[in-house]
Amino acid sequence: MRWLLGKDLVILRRSRLLVALLVAYPVAIALLIGFAISRTPSRPRVAIVDETPPGETIALGSQRVSVSRYAKQLFSQVQPVPVASRAQAVAKVKSAEVLAAIVIPPDIAARVASGTSQADLEVLYNGDALEQSIVRSQIRAALAQANLGFSEQIQRAAAEAIDLLLRGGNLGVLGAPTNLIGLREIPPLLRRSIARQPPGRERRELERIASFAQFAAQNLDVSKKVLSTVGQPIRVSSTLVHGRRTPLSTFAVVVAVSVSLMFVCVLLAAGGVALEREEHALARLVRGLVSRGTLLAEKGLLAAGCALLVAFAMLAGVSAFVTLDWSRVGLWLLALASGALAFGALGVAIGALAREVRAASLLAFLLSLPVALLALVPAGSVASGLYDAIRAISFAFPFKASLQALDAAVNRASPELGLSILHLAGLTIVFGALARVGLRRVD
Amino acid sequence: MSLALSVEGLSKRFGELQALRDVSFEARPGETVAVIGPNGAGKTTLLSIIAGVQPPSAGTVSRRPAEVGWAPQQPAVYARLTVAENLELFARLEKVGDPRAAVERMLEQTGLRQRAGERVARLSGGNRQRVNVALGLIGDPPVLALDEPSASLDPVQRERLWEFISGLTGAGRTVVFSTHNAAEAQHHAERVMVLADGSMRFDGSIPALLRAGGELDNGDLERALVEFLTRSAAQAGAA
Repeated sequence: MRWLLGKDLVILRRSRLLVALLVAYPVAIALLIGFAISRTPSRPRVAIVDETPPGETIALGSQRVSVSRYAKQLFSQVQPVPVASRAQAVAKVKSAEVLAAIVIPPDIAARVASGTSQADLEVLYNGDALEQSIVRSQIRAALAQANLGFSEQIQRAAAEAIDLLLRGGNLGVLGAPTNLIGLREIPPLLRRSIARQPPGRERRELERIASFAQFAAQNLDVSKKVLSTVGQPIRVSSTLVHGRRTPLSTFAVVVAVSVSLMFVCVLLAAGGVALEREEHALARLVRGLVSRGTLLAEKGLLAAGCALLVAFAMLAGVSAFVTLDWSRVGLWLLALASGALAFGALGVAIGALAREVRAASLLAFLLSLPVALLALVPAGSVASGLYDAIRAISFAFPFKASLQALDAAVNRASPELGLSILHLAGLTIVFGALARVGLRRVD
Repeated sequence: MSLALSVEGLSKRFGELQALRDVSFEARPGETVAVIGPNGAGKTTLLSIIAGVQPPSAGTVSRRPAEVGWAPQQPAVYARLTVAENLELFARLEKVGDPRAAVERMLEQTGLRQRAGERVARLSGGNRQRVNVALGLIGDPPVLALDEPSASLDPVQRERLWEFISGLTGAGRTVVFSTHNAAEAQHHAERVMVLADGSMRFDGSIPALLRAGGELDNGDLERALVEFLTRSAAQAGAA
């Protein structure tokens, strides 16, 4: 085997362009995927036309909420581009300078304060169907967040107004009497007066009033809680039962490294086996000089070794920017080696079935990329039947198991490293056997 | 008389296709045997079974694969390796006692010493075919199986290759080669075997095939072969 290995290393050394492409291309793809995964969606660039008069407030009893607070809430959810008029906003949307525009109408304060009609915002956008769908959902989310924040402020103001009614004091509203009595104080005051009244019709009426005052005070107290429930009927409490507890950036690293490992290994192994056939050397080798099993093992091991080097170098390089636990380096290597062997077996199977290097490389690429992308589809993001099919496909190829093994080694993620390694070992055997069948016919 | 090669009842089936049917022959040391016949006759299959590239469905070959040098129709050489590297690699894979000495010997025999350090990809078709034959000879086998050795060579390259092969048989090696070119068989073989539809139709000397095809002893072997195959097919049809 060592003479074959030596020969392949000489050929690789003399194919510098091929090697450079073989390393650069998967690394570029891996970095793109990693970058795409690790980036949170950027805030949409939105033009905002605030037509409300400066300093406009919404009055809630003695409390006042500034309309500009709503604009601020909205600004925090998007990349705001303030514009003076609706016409300017339309121009910016048309020129695609902004994804959308939101017009805050001048009567927003009056409508909110009326309590009878909702305030309307106007949203302007353009783009193709996909863009419209994305913009719509982003704007909806931004508006929902802004509405929630604004409604909390209104709730607080309303709660303070109710509190004042209960406790009494000064309303702070022009023309309102000062030092008002609080609703809670009325029942005890009345009871004291009633005690001094002789039995009769007047006493009974006073008792009715005292009962009503007590009932009103108690229910107004409850209404404060009702207000907060109406503002946010369901609060979300999240608990992670199963899955990762590691930052998205380290998962992106694992994805990027796994993609590189897969491409280098599968392409090299497939190309190596197909090259023997293309150069007609396979027939010469298998007539007693080298067994088919040895030939496949040599190609698979060479590809696995090269891919392991590239992947480990990537992991080490990335650790300069993302914190990785170097005390687990032994486990990283174990996971990388297991994945590389499984990818090597897949590669030699492709190389044995395809009869020339170009066909093998194309097949390797066409198979690897969708398998990798399918393995990254999160559960629940597609229909359950489709997800079951995706899981079955991911199970039958080494990418997902390799990703899970490396994730467990680098990030202590579940499932356990041992399980993934067992899975990879099984796939190595299956693809190795498939390669052996593919190589049965020499030409 | 000792035999260099004995083939007994070789048959080969690929699914529904019967590529070889009960082919038997023997060859003496130093003998040059040509295998001729139309396309799809089974020439390449016969030589690849003799060389051990594929197993027969039935029958035996007296030599182990290691004892038969093989040069396939398409040069089976690594284009990115040099001539010497190709020779040394196969010398080591064939576990030749002194690989470097074997490389030197083959470079000498093939006249490729000046090209030893050149990558095979840069060689002419003729020189590449010489390397191909040299790789078959690196283990110093007593029998050489050459599949269409001169195909795709120009007349000058072809002549040089045949000079080289003649030298091998002169040293006592048995050469079995296949060819499309009846004239080549007539010039370079002592004996000729005709295969058609996987069956051996003729095994004898060149003059005998000429006569079987209605030609004189110095007649045209290609014409004789066509006539022989026509008569043979007619007899088979009548039977």
